[in-house]
Amino acid sequence: MEKDLTKLTVRQLADGMARRVFSSEEVTAATLAAIRQRDPEIGAYLTVLEEDALAAARESDQRRSKGEALSPLDGIPAGIKDNICTKGVRTTCASRMLEQFVPPYDAHVMEQLKGAGVVMLGKLNMDEFAMGSTTENSHFQLTRNPADPSRVPGGSSGGSAAAVAAGEAAFALGSDTGGSIRQPAAFCGVVGLKPTYGAVSRYGLVAFASSLDQIGPLTRDVADAALVMNAIAGHDRRDSTSVPGETPDYTALLGQEIRGKRLALPREFLGEGLAPAVREAVLGAARRFEQLGARVEEVSMPALGHALPAYYILSSAEASSNLARFDGIRYGYRSPHYEDMASLYRNTRSEGFGPEVKRRIMLGTFALSAGYYDAYYKKALQVRTLVLRDYQRIFEDFDAVLSPVAPTTAYRIGEKTTDPLEMYLGDIYTVPVNIAGLPALSLPCGRDADGLPVGMQLTGPAFSEPALLQLGSAFESEEG
Amino acid sequence: MTEYEMVVGLEVHVELKTETKIFCSCSTRFGAPPNTQCCPVCMGLPGSLPVLNQKVVEYAIQAGMATSCTIAKYSKQDRKNYFYPDLPKAYQISQYDLPLCEKGSLEIETPAGSKKIGITRIHIEEDAGKLVHDKDGSYLDCNRCGVPLIEIVSEPDIRSAEEAVAYLQKLRAVMLFTGVSDCRMEEGSLRCDVNLSVHKPGEPFGTRTEMKNLNSFQFIQKAIQYEYQRQVEALERGEEIVQETRRFDEKTGKTFPMRRKEDANDYRYFPDPDLMPIEPPEELVSALRAAMPPLPDQQKARYMKEMGLPAGEAELLTGSPGMMAYFEEAAACSAHPRQLAAFLTTQVFRLLDGGEEIPVSPAHLAALVEMIADGEISGATARQVLAALWKQDGDPGEYVRCHDLMQLSDPVCLKPVVEEVVRENAGAVSDYRNGKTAALKALMGQVMGRTGGRANPEVAEKLLLELVQS
Repeated sequence: MEKDLTKLTVRQLADGMARRVFSSEEVTAATLAAIRQRDPEIGAYLTVLEEDALAAARESDQRRSKGEALSPLDGIPAGIKDNICTKGVRTTCASRMLEQFVPPYDAHVMEQLKGAGVVMLGKLNMDEFAMGSTTENSHFQLTRNPADPSRVPGGSSGGSAAAVAAGEAAFALGSDTGGSIRQPAAFCGVVGLKPTYGAVSRYGLVAFASSLDQIGPLTRDVADAALVMNAIAGHDRRDSTSVPGETPDYTALLGQEIRGKRLALPREFLGEGLAPAVREAVLGAARRFEQLGARVEEVSMPALGHALPAYYILSSAEASSNLARFDGIRYGYRSPHYEDMASLYRNTRSEGFGPEVKRRIMLGTFALSAGYYDAYYKKALQVRTLVLRDYQRIFEDFDAVLSPVAPTTAYRIGEKTTDPLEMYLGDIYTVPVNIAGLPALSLPCGRDADGLPVGMQLTGPAFSEPALLQLGSAFESEEG
Repeated sequence: MTEYEMVVGLEVHVELKTETKIFCSCSTRFGAPPNTQCCPVCMGLPGSLPVLNQKVVEYAIQAGMATSCTIAKYSKQDRKNYFYPDLPKAYQISQYDLPLCEKGSLEIETPAGSKKIGITRIHIEEDAGKLVHDKDGSYLDCNRCGVPLIEIVSEPDIRSAEEAVAYLQKLRAVMLFTGVSDCRMEEGSLRCDVNLSVHKPGEPFGTRTEMKNLNSFQFIQKAIQYEYQRQVEALERGEEIVQETRRFDEKTGKTFPMRRKEDANDYRYFPDPDLMPIEPPEELVSALRAAMPPLPDQQKARYMKEMGLPAGEAELLTGSPGMMAYFEEAAACSAHPRQLAAFLTTQVFRLLDGGEEIPVSPAHLAALVEMIADGEISGATARQVLAALWKQDGDPGEYVRCHDLMQLSDPVCLKPVVEEVVRENAGAVSDYRNGKTAALKALMGQVMGRTGGRANPEVAEKLLLELVQS
């Protein structure tokens, strides 16, 4: 077994702890040491909870010694994206607006993780309010890609992906509104799962676009993602969009063979703008799926082309309303410069939000304004229906859609910051999945000439996560 | 010159009497210390999410049924976006284009007979918080944030301040009977926005103004009367009415401009993505319909048919469940329900002066009315006894006996008094004989005065006429 505790998967760590090869305290201490050593360069963490983490690890060890381990995740050290509310621990959304905000309550997923015995290491960097694809929109710091520190880790869950890739967390939670788990996972060479809309409670996730946001895991391998899903998924009555009913065992199909599975390869996702190395890696993955007995067929999904503009209208419209509460009245940043109510609002929001957030708020406000609603918001809702229908049609004949996660591998720091539109285009393969509310798994499928990780995306019908994880895991073991 | 007609539509906010708020489990109790009944959800903390209180949907549907509305099969909640410090999320969750209830009506009584006022819609929404200002600054109390409201929007069918008040009283009665609200105006659980325009009959409606948050029948009446006069006078001077929101000043009884149409917010309504559509199941709707308590109009019809009460009185007696119960209990002890109803809606209502609590027991009131009906006491005496019982309740018969107030109906007893009056008022008598019939009133007054108001007016008048005409 690997000697470096910070390189092991969750399953290997759980196994080692169960067999008393090492304790949670040792694993946690090793991970904290890795954070101390590597994070000054990587910049994944905004808040590290050294004392609390060690105390939680010791408690976990005590439980285990009494044979009372709470779950397979008991004692596993994890990092949490900083838009997930953590009781008593500041939750900034990487924004000046919430620099000092300490939530008085835990998000549903935090209750779940704590209930499972997970050790929380700290809070992870992100694009401000999850708006961005490079984590460069953080108010506080850059996060660097562990595969090449001159490059971005992707975003918005860049801190989560970088932490997992750098051995600074055994797993992390991220959130995905338009690709924010899958794209950084691809850029950093880790696994990311965006669950079906409604599979994981959003209670305590600071909303960006409520109809698209989902929390999901970033892990070192596919089976770990299944384990984390088992802990965080399930009905929560505090989120009206959380889907009631039995929670599946996400590990149920792992290891089963995939012979006869049918994968669709949409033509629209292999065309213009796609870097050759990414295209090669994804087509290579398709061939390997065939070697495993799956059938891969090229298909056409014409509505997907409209998903990106629809996404930017819907997500910005919702964001303009969701972020309106940050007004300097009750909590968060308040500008010291004001004479009256209007200037208090104006200056607080002008100074508290970064440029990308302000851009989206203005975009969304415009799209919802009287006289424009029908042309933008309503139209975008119609596109949403078309995109969903395109997927539904494909899923009549196929088990999953195979595609790239992003058109390129990780950008250089600063490379995309000047042109927001070019940055938005990077989301082209991920946003249709959110628009349709479907689950998608992002996993490594090779490297480009610079040695940068390439990710592929497997998208399935609603609540098909166990099958997607089965496909991903089969591919992964083939990769070795 | 043709008279201007006023055209009024009302938007009434009624607080539902749920135990807990519309989107969280905080208490809705009135009057708690500031910020003691709030949580991350109603304070709109980041990451919190609303969960619709099903009781709110049920109450709103019942309110819709009680006003003959169609209940929506598919309804949704929308965000109304605007910035104000009392609105923690910077949007109010309300309903925009698909309200829970639509197309209903209420019947009111007017001097010209009964009239139907159309109800456009009823929707559910959350209340905002309360700002408190003092010399040191402004403070926010979030206890009211998320208290459930229904907004009942009427058609512009109202044509006078009296009709507006009659409509509000009817609406209040219906809400009280249905049990969906306490309608305590002094606690703000029934508030009214008035939309008013004027026009000449036959011409199109004029430009309307809106007066917001009126919370007493008296203010509503005054505000409507003032605003009508203001608009008419402005038009008479050749001015145009500006579409705007106006504030009614309770002290001066005048309205002042607050906000013009062009300054109005663009609320950027859109469906709230945190909430699922509301699709009331058929079984729920029929169960609620089956459980509907009798409504004031049903009781009113029964009183008119079974007791022969006039519509106006029947309407007043069914103005609240408390009033109706009082009347029913009194009527059970009475052989003269019509006189009882008349006495209640005049003498008793006058003393109530808009209040609800009658300090005289129904049985005592019925006994009092029986004494009038039996000619034992005069109407004037009855008022005197009522006033006394109002201060300290008791048996009216006993009171009358103790205070020697029995009516004098025996002509043998009355005749000497009448003769005395005729003898001592020769002037008035000759006036009457010369055709000044009004002089009889003065003579009657003398008779009443000398009997301490106890003379039976009919008997006394008959005796008097016999003497002066002879």
